[in-house]
Amino acid sequence: MSNTLLPMIPVKTWVDNSVEWITDTFEFVFDPIKNNLDSFIEFLSETLQMINPWIFIAVIAIIAFFVTGKRIGLAAFSIVGLWFILNQEMWEQLMDTFSLVITASLISVIIGVPFGIWMAKSNIVQAILTPILDFMQTMPAFVYLIPAVAFFGIGMVPGVFASVIFAVPPTVRFTNLGIRQVSTELIEAADAFGTTGIQKLFKVQLPMAKKTIMAGINQTVMLALSMVVIASMIGAEGLGKEVITALQRNDVGLGFVAGVSIVILAIVIDRFTQSLNTQKGE
Amino acid sequence: MPIIKVENLSKIFGKNPSQAQKLLDQGQKKEEILKQTGNTVGVNRASFEVEQGEIFVIMGLSGSGKSTLVRLINRLIEPTEGSVYINEENLAAMDSKNLRRVRREKMSMVFQRFALFPYRTVLQNTEFGLEVQGIDKSDRSRKAKESLELVGLGSFINQFPGQLSGGMQQRVGLARALANDPEVLLMDEAFSALDPLIRKEMQDELLDLQERMQKTILFITHDLDEALRIGDRIALMKDGSIVQIGTPEDILVNPANDYVEKFVEDVDRSKILTAQHIMKRPETVNIEKHGPRVALERMREEGLSSIYVTDRSRNLKGYVTADNASQAIEENVKDLTNVIETNVPTCDLDTPMNDIFDMIHNSPVPIAVVEDGKLRGIIVRGAVIGALAGSEVSINE
Repeated sequence: MSNTLLPMIPVKTWVDNSVEWITDTFEFVFDPIKNNLDSFIEFLSETLQMINPWIFIAVIAIIAFFVTGKRIGLAAFSIVGLWFILNQEMWEQLMDTFSLVITASLISVIIGVPFGIWMAKSNIVQAILTPILDFMQTMPAFVYLIPAVAFFGIGMVPGVFASVIFAVPPTVRFTNLGIRQVSTELIEAADAFGTTGIQKLFKVQLPMAKKTIMAGINQTVMLALSMVVIASMIGAEGLGKEVITALQRNDVGLGFVAGVSIVILAIVIDRFTQSLNTQKGE
Repeated sequence: MPIIKVENLSKIFGKNPSQAQKLLDQGQKKEEILKQTGNTVGVNRASFEVEQGEIFVIMGLSGSGKSTLVRLINRLIEPTEGSVYINEENLAAMDSKNLRRVRREKMSMVFQRFALFPYRTVLQNTEFGLEVQGIDKSDRSRKAKESLELVGLGSFINQFPGQLSGGMQQRVGLARALANDPEVLLMDEAFSALDPLIRKEMQDELLDLQERMQKTILFITHDLDEALRIGDRIALMKDGSIVQIGTPEDILVNPANDYVEKFVEDVDRSKILTAQHIMKRPETVNIEKHGPRVALERMREEGLSSIYVTDRSRNLKGYVTADNASQAIEENVKDLTNVIETNVPTCDLDTPMNDIFDMIHNSPVPIAVVEDGKLRGIIVRGAVIGALAGSEVSINE
């Protein structure tokens, strides 16, 4: 609809121009990031693929058994689920997706936790970051693909970039929440014994907030996983790519198998991170 | 020379403390200042000194500013005005580096809700202050163990706080505070979250520890009994101001104003033993059916020299002594009405023991405890002395 009072504000042009400017100006930053990240993901994926799938499944099952407090449920599910993926010849794609998720989650945690701490220590930072985080989570995830391609071309790295933007908010939010929830009496106790800010952070606030932060990281991993299909649209390898292919060829069977594989991976990762959390907290 | 010296220490919560400060200096009351400026007076120009080795109790009801005052002393709350000297060093004017040094070396704090770190073992909790100071591991573990030994928790070092009872958790809190070997111990309602029996035990233990260690202790409480029990001196607070400072004796005997008096009175009435706690079931004779012979016989049976006389519904009529009873028998009087003494020493169910003590001193017979004219019990001298000495008090209905 045209507006007679005001000409259309050229937001599109502004964004176009600024993305272009960023791409050109920071090429020297983006290129090494792309190359290093690319080789890291490739290395990770290839290493994982070198492991015999049966050994891999066995190791996962054993870890699952101990992580869940010697219960059989998650271990059994891991064996059946991963065997199904292997049986459907999706193993290579599984490892690609797994690598992408691990990389995106790691970067999210490395960025997210310090931002969460900063946010907890300052009300001003919290006031500024909260709407930005809302924006990052509400913006349709597809939109992130566009600048990602502009900065990093196509492949795994823009996929990781888009996943990180989409997945980082829960870690930031939960870190902030966890630290702010530490009872005032414990903070007073720390202060009364003469802690410095850093001592208070590492000896009291982070240990007390650990459970909450872990819950945030769990969310982050899940969001990163939910990005794999979308990231495949810009050329990220893995299970998501099979879904896209199935969509393009109208292949219901392939779509189902790839979809179920993603669900299995999601359940295993989710239960793993959750049990890690409950176990440590006692 | 005092270890702690507090001068004109004030805290005003709110947006415009300077304006409130001015009103405060003019002698305005807390409510008026709140109404005029919207600021709350937390502590109003408190001044006191605490000597080495003294237990100084700050007591007041909730909202009186006592918890704020103790936090002003180690600057967990920033003072609006005034100074706090610890060994001649003014904390209120210190930079953060020096403040940290004083907090680490000179004073420790014990908290009402213990404030233990749940993810650390008892030993690690106790080590906290030493760890913060950067003392090496073997040293701090040795000191922490000594300190735990002092509070009787030597064998619990590897438990987590959640596995301990409230009383034991507060012992850990105390051990953590003592591990630093501070000169000043700040105890904020340290025993208030414990149940009464454990609280008493902890008070005794604190006194024992104090005898050995001679720390300077600033103890905050809302419980006058606790204050009287452990305090060398007591400061009473109301609405942010210190109303009276004195020894327990001073406070009880010479209350500075109505507020203190009410406080002390309140405690007397509710907390100290009253007549109903020490009275016993009376032996009586019934004036409507018994004569001097029955009275004398019953006295002989029970080994008494006098006995109380009531009517059928236990209304107190008087007492009869053995002498009077035998005289009446000789004179062949059948009715007790003219034999009884009616000038009876009586008290109510809730007459405090202090008053009974004076009464019983001058009375030849046990004191009658009377409710609505009915005899409910008697108090003999032995029971009063027993209760004063702190022995078990038997309660008879």
